[in-house]
Parts: sequence; structure tokens; C-alpha cells
Amino acid sequence: MSYLPYALAVWLFVVGLYGVVTSRHLIHLTVCLMVMQSSSYVLLLSIGYVDRGTAPIFADVPKGTRAVDPVVQALTLTDVVVSVAVAALLLAVAMQVRRRHGSADPEQLSAVKG
Amino acid sequence: MSRRSRLSLFGASAAGLTALLLWGVAGLPDFGHYRGPYGYVLNAVAPTERHVTNVVTATTFDYRGFDTLGEAFILFAAALGVALLLREERAESHSLDHGVRSDAVKLVGLALVPALLVLGLQVVAHGFITPGGGFQGGVVLASAFALVWLAGRYRAFRRLTPTPAVDFAKGVGAGGYAVVGVVALLLGTSYLQNFGPLGTAGTLASGGSIVLLNLATALEVSAAFVLIFTEYVEELALVPRETRL
Amino acid sequence: MESLVPLPVVVPLIAAAVLAAGARWLRRGVDDAIALATAAATSVISTMLVVRSLDHDLVYWFGGWTPRHGLAIGIAFDVEPLAASLAALAAVLATASFVYGWRYFDEVGTLYHVLMLTFLAAMSGFVLSGDLFNMFVFFELMTVCAFALIGYQVHSTAPLQGAINFAVTNVIASFFVVTGLALVYGRTGALNLDQIGRVLSGQGTDGLVVVAFALLLGGFLVKAGAVPFHFWLSDAYAVAPVPVCVLLSAVMSDLGLHAIGRIYWPAFSGVFSGDVDALRALFVGIGVLTMLVGGAMAFFQRDLKRLLAFVTISQVGVFLCGIGLFTARGLAGTTLYVLADGFVKAALFLAVGILVYRLGDGDELRLRGRGRNAPVAAVVFFGGAFLVAGVPPFGSFEGWSLLVRSAEDVGYGWLPAVLALGSVLTGGTLLRAAARVFLGWGDEADPLLSAEPPPSEEEPEVSSSRISPPLLFGPALALLLVGAALSFTPELSEEATQWAQRFQDRPAHAAEVLAGRLPPASTAPPTGAGLAPYGFGIASTVLAVGFAAFGLYRRRLPALVRSGAARLLEPPIATLKGLHSGIVGDYVAWLTFGVAALGGVVALIAR
Repeated sequence: MSYLPYALAVWLFVVGLYGVVTSRHLIHLTVCLMVMQSSSYVLLLSIGYVDRGTAPIFADVPKGTRAVDPVVQALTLTDVVVSVAVAALLLAVAMQVRRRHGSADPEQLSAVKG
Repeated sequence: MSRRSRLSLFGASAAGLTALLLWGVAGLPDFGHYRGPYGYVLNAVAPTERHVTNVVTATTFDYRGFDTLGEAFILFAAALGVALLLREERAESHSLDHGVRSDAVKLVGLALVPALLVLGLQVVAHGFITPGGGFQGGVVLASAFALVWLAGRYRAFRRLTPTPAVDFAKGVGAGGYAVVGVVALLLGTSYLQNFGPLGTAGTLASGGSIVLLNLATALEVSAAFVLIFTEYVEELALVPRETRL
Repeated sequence: MESLVPLPVVVPLIAAAVLAAGARWLRRGVDDAIALATAAATSVISTMLVVRSLDHDLVYWFGGWTPRHGLAIGIAFDVEPLAASLAALAAVLATASFVYGWRYFDEVGTLYHVLMLTFLAAMSGFVLSGDLFNMFVFFELMTVCAFALIGYQVHSTAPLQGAINFAVTNVIASFFVVTGLALVYGRTGALNLDQIGRVLSGQGTDGLVVVAFALLLGGFLVKAGAVPFHFWLSDAYAVAPVPVCVLLSAVMSDLGLHAIGRIYWPAFSGVFSGDVDALRALFVGIGVLTMLVGGAMAFFQRDLKRLLAFVTISQVGVFLCGIGLFTARGLAGTTLYVLADGFVKAALFLAVGILVYRLGDGDELRLRGRGRNAPVAAVVFFGGAFLVAGVPPFGSFEGWSLLVRSAEDVGYGWLPAVLALGSVLTGGTLLRAAARVFLGWGDEADPLLSAEPPPSEEEPEVSSSRISPPLLFGPALALLLVGAALSFTPELSEEATQWAQRFQDRPAHAAEVLAGRLPPASTAPPTGAGLAPYGFGIASTVLAVGFAAFGLYRRRLPALVRSGAARLLEPPIATLKGLHSGIVGDYVAWLTFGVAALGGVVALIAR
């Protein structure tokens, strides 16, 4: 039971990967990448969890109260920003592809190959 | 490669990868038994050293502040990238967006805008005391602008967010973060080292230069999100339906 | 602490922010000037860092958070000559790109300069960082900037396809890195590479360590462009604007390899210390495979930029073999090779850019003979081709000698011959292209060479009247000369080997980074490689010329030979080309396979 969050992270990762490989629409592909991204959030945050620990914010609890790891939270915050940036760019490209090419199907995009 | 061969290749590889990943995470400490020491050390020293009560913000803007510099610029570059990719000479006068027609939506929506602004500013300002910070608050602020478009008209939204001003705000925010670090250098200390009065923990006047970094980030994040949002909205407002995604 | 250290990252970032904020109010040409000045200043700073770190690493703790009781609580930059020289290479090439691209991107205004400067900052940060998550942040910043720069020509589908393939594969690579990082953090509670090494080396290899290493390795190999993670590279480099390709090809691919060295020696060398021989076989195996695939695919290209992309991939294979020998000489030799070849590849890309600009085309067959009107490009291209073929004693010869000696040291005496074959393939193909384009030799049509997208959409922003010749030719010639002359730096081999030894000495390195204890001065044994490298160099050059002739006049061979060869070779060639389908789903499937295979092999090694 105690490895369930980690197993969840693995599941999200692999399922997202499957979605990317079989995708037929660029927006669907972007969302699958976001699913893979969330696997890293789950993994990081589960690693930092401390049993019966509270948030690492000591405004209303005394210093020294049992708290979870603040480092992974900062890392996840960075990760979220990164995923937003990537999603924004991919969606912009998807829009341009649809406009130029008439379709947003990644399997139709093979102008450069061989 | 045909779709079938791709799927077989992927299927076999994914099975192997899953097995490997599960084997890997099995080596982690049990859920809830974080061993540290990084997190425990920071929880112990941050409130005393930096007089802030939100240790995550202290980590983001002080202990690991250099990461946040990179992160701020990732958003900065992404907003620019979106502008680069979606830039088109569009006739602003031929806006296809006639705005929301329902008065009820308009009223409620626009009444929420100042509330969101205040919430955003509060989240930013109290970022190092209670949960929040530059990133979180910046996004809320950007959503206030988005609400102007959602509950109102495209033209009103654009009048509130002229591109030169937003670009300027974004540049100042990102550059400001980097410059605060340089100030620390000029003071003879390390890049991004905290300076300024540390104040009392739990009040708005605490944390030293964390306050400045927080504000710079908030400015940059809100501007970047407004910029990204603007580019997308322009697709809806100015591009005919047939060629739209 | 050395205040210069953060500057290669901070200076370009501030300049980028200033340009972005003030874009509206800057006159044309001012943004070019600011960008150029910034890149030039960064080159100077990075070179100074190389010089200052010659005796001992410069360890810089951001925020003033020096380690407490050996525990790192802040982020460190670990500046040593190998990394700093890569940062300097990036800055110099960025400067050359700005000169070459003066007023090139007028239509997009300042956006190009801002993105290039941010890209430069990201590369400098990635290569100098000693903290695993910090490396990830700069990895992502590089990806975002490169993505925008690759796909900026939105008028045609090919750049968008290249950008998508680049973005999706590199983003998934970053997921591998983060997952590996999370595993390492969960075990060690540290993000500083030396500290991770300290904790890990006290333990044995178990599932977590194996998988974390495989994930990190896989993620960085995607960036580097090793097989089977390389598919995105040829698509992306073929469609990116030339000044961007200069940085991508000559630096970004090599940074992936450097990152592997960065994580291996400080962090993982302790825990894998008993498995070095097997790891060596793994790295050399991947390297040789990459080199051969890259070289073969380069031969089948007619689009010059895509050809150069495959040459880049092939060379990554050679570099991976060099690093994978796990010796100080191997690492030193590879770094010198990377530096020299970086200049040469950049010069080659600029030469192709000159052709495109002058003659409006980048296709080898369509350009046949037309290159007679571009003598500067001819000089650069031929010079570059011979340097890639390994003509002694120029260019990468110092690095090559160290590699040969290193291979002999660890019992891989057969390796230099195989690596020389790679030079034959790549150098020969480049010579073939040069002869066809600039001398008009060879057949006019060749069905073996892959078709490429029509030229009508290439580089629409370039207006012929505004770009002055010296800006176009100067950088190309200058880069070629620097690349060729690098091998004549006195005592370079001995110095480089010393730095590599320092880099690979994990306990001393950790003591320096975490406790500030300076290492004792060390000396490296003299190289004295003898005549073998000369032999290989001359042989590979001669064979490259022969291979070029084969490429040019292949169809004049007797029909019997040709039909026999065709029957034998056509299926594998078609398969190989078919694998490079341009479809991102295929690439990700190969990525998954690659990482799973890596994990499996490392697991077997560590058993």
C-alpha cells in the first residue's frame, strides 16, 4: 500500500507515453504530454511526504512542527511552470499546423523524412 | 514504419519500461517516510535565517533562487515563442468577436474582475507568509484580465492589455529578477544572496530581497500569461471559423 | 568567490530582458548591436573562466549558501576547463551567428535576438551547473528556446514538423530526467551532484540506482542525438534557420554528452566503480552504432542541411565512444575533438547558408555546378570536409591522437580503425557534396538520395539587398580557421588530460566542492601517441576522397556490380530510410525502446 503513489506515477507515465505514440491529433498529443508531466508531480510530491506532517508553512503552527519536504514542492512548482510553457508552445504550433496543412494529425506531418 | 509495427515495438518496450520503473520506485523509502536530509534542514533553518514562515517560498526565492531565475525565463521564452509562432498581420478592425450578449454574465463576470485582482495581489504580497507567491499570484492576476474577455468584449480586453505595455512588463519582471541578483553581486556577496532588512517573520515586512524577487516574478508571470492568452484569443477573435482549429 | 562565474548566464539573460522590454522603442540595427555585444562579452567572460579554472575548479554557491557540515543546501556552479570551454564555444558561435545573421531576421524584429541570447544563457548554465535540478531547468530552457527558434518559419509545414518532433522527443527526454532525478533525490535527499555521489558510493547498486542512471542517461542521450534517440535531430536541423543550426549542431548535441559525463563522474562513478568495463562496452557499442547510422544516412541525403545533421549525429557517436572509454585521455581527447569540430560544423552550416542565400537552394543535386559563383563557400566547404575526414595535423587531430592512445590503453585497439571509418563516411559524403556543388562533378540525378521538400519556402525573410558580404563570409572563414588551428595550441593535450583527471577523481572533487579543499597539483604523463594517429588520419582522408568519388560516379560502375549490390543493399537501405519517417509517434516508440533497452543492459551490468 505504501508504494501506491509511486505505482500511480509509473502508470501515468506509461499511459501518457502510449497516448503520445498513438495520437492522431496534436492537441490530444499535448494533453498526453501533460499527463506524463503530472506523473513527475505525483512522484516528486509523494517522495517528500512525511507521515502526519503539515505544510511547511509556519505562520500559524509553531516552528519545528512536523512538516513535509519543502524542496520537492519548490521543484514541482518549477515543473508546473515548465509544463505550461511547453503546452503553450505546442498548442500554438498545433494551431499553425491546422491552418497551413488543413489537419492536425501528426501522422500526416511527414514533409521531412528519409 | 507502419502503425502496427510501431505499436508492437512500443508495446514490448513499454512493458519493459514499466517493469523497470516499478523496480526502480520499489527502492524508494516508504510513502510518508521521507528520509531527508535536505527538506528537514531547510524546514529547521529557514524561518530563523530568513524570517519567513513559508519555507517553500524561501526555497524558491532564496535557497534555490537560481533555479527560479531559469524558470522565470522559461516562461518568458515560451510567451515570446507563442508570439513568434502566432504572429500574423491581422486586421484589428475586423474583429469577429461581438462580445457576450447576456447581461447577467456580463454583470457577474465584470464584478468578479476586481475581486480577482485583489485576490491576486494578496496572494503575491503574502507569498512568503502564507501559501502563495509570485507564480501563483501572477496567474490569478492574469486570469482577471482573461475574465474581461470572457465576460465582456475582445476590444475591451485588448484596450486593457496593449502589447507594448505587456511586453515591457514581462521584460522588466524577468530582467528585474536577474538584476536583483546582480545587486547582491555589487554588494560584494554571492549572486542572488539575500540583502535588505529581514524584518519580523509573519509580517509583510520580512524576508529581505525575497520580497523583491517575489514581486518581479509576479509581474513577469502575469504579463507572460496575458501575452500567451492574447495570442490565443486573437485566433478566436480574428481568424475565420473555417481555418480555425 | 569568483564573481565572474554567474555572468555567462546572467549577462545574456539581462540583455534578453532589456531587448524584450524595449523592443518597441529600439531602432533597427540597435538590437543587432546589443545582441552582438552581449554575445561577444559572454565569449570573453567564458574564456576568462577557462583560464581561471586551470589549476582548480571554481566552485560558486548561489545565494551565498555554502555547504554546512558537508551538506549542500544551495545551488552550485562547478566551473572547470572542460565545461567552461564548451560555454566559451557556445558564446563564440553565438557571436558568429549574430554577425552572420545581421539584419537576417528583420521580419520578426527583436524576438530572434532575445531567444538566441536566452538560448546562449541556457547552454552556459546547463554546462556549468553542479546541481542536478538546476541542470534540468536549463535543459528545459534550452528546449523552449530552441523550439521557438526552429519553428519560427511558420509559413511552411516542414519547420513546424521539425519543431514538433524536436519538442515532443526532448520534452519526453526531460520527463526521463526528472523521474531519474526524483529517484535519486528520494534515495539521497540531495540534488548536488557531488553530494549525491558521496551518498551513493557508500551503497551498492540496486534497482533504484540502476533505473535512475538509465533514465538520466537516456534523457541526455536524446539531447545528444545518439541512436535510437536521434530521429528528431535530422528533422529539426534540416528546417531550422542557418544561424540557429550553428548553435544547435555545434553545441547543443555536445552538451548532452557533457551532461552524461557530469552526472557519471561526480555522482555515479563510485557506485558503478566495479562495472566500468561493461559500461565501457555499452557506451562504445551505442557510439559505434550511432556513428555508422549517422554516416550511412548522411550519404543518402541531398538536402545539405539534413546531410550536415546526420554528420552531426555520426560525430556524436564518435564522441560517445571517446567518453565511453572512461579514461582521462579519452575524456580530454573527446573534449578537444568536440571543440575543434564544433567550429568546423558551424563553418559548414554557414557555408550552406551562403549557398542558400546566394543561389536560393540548399539541395545538392539542384545546386550541381552552380556553386562556382560562390568561391568563399567553396573554400569553407572543402576545408571543412577535409577537416571532418581527419586530415592531419589540423583541427581535431590533437583530440584524435588522445583518443587513439586512450583506446590502446584500455585494450580497445581496434576502435580507432572503426572510428576512422566514420570519418571516411562523413568526410567522404561532404567531399562528394562539395565536388558536386562547386565543381560540377558527378551525375546530375541520383535516385538513391532522399527527396526533400521544395525550396520555395526556404528562408523567405532574407532580402538580397541588405546583407553585406563581409558579414556573411567573415564568420564562416574565421570559424574554419579557428577550428583548423586549434590543434596547434601548445601543450594542449597534456593540459586537457590533467583537467580530465581532476574531473574524474570523485572523492577529491567532492572534497573540493563540498568542503573547499583544494586538490593537490597533478601532472599528466606525456601523450606521445606516436605515428598511429597520423596513419589513421591520412588513411581516412584518402579513403574519404575515394568514397566521395564513389558517391559521385557510382552509376558508372559496371552494371553487373551495380545490380548485385542493389539486390543486396536495397532492402536494408530502404528500411533504414523508412525508419526516419518524420512521424513523431515512431520516434517516441523508438525512444521508449531505447530507454527500456538501456535499463535492461545496465541492470545486467550491475548484477
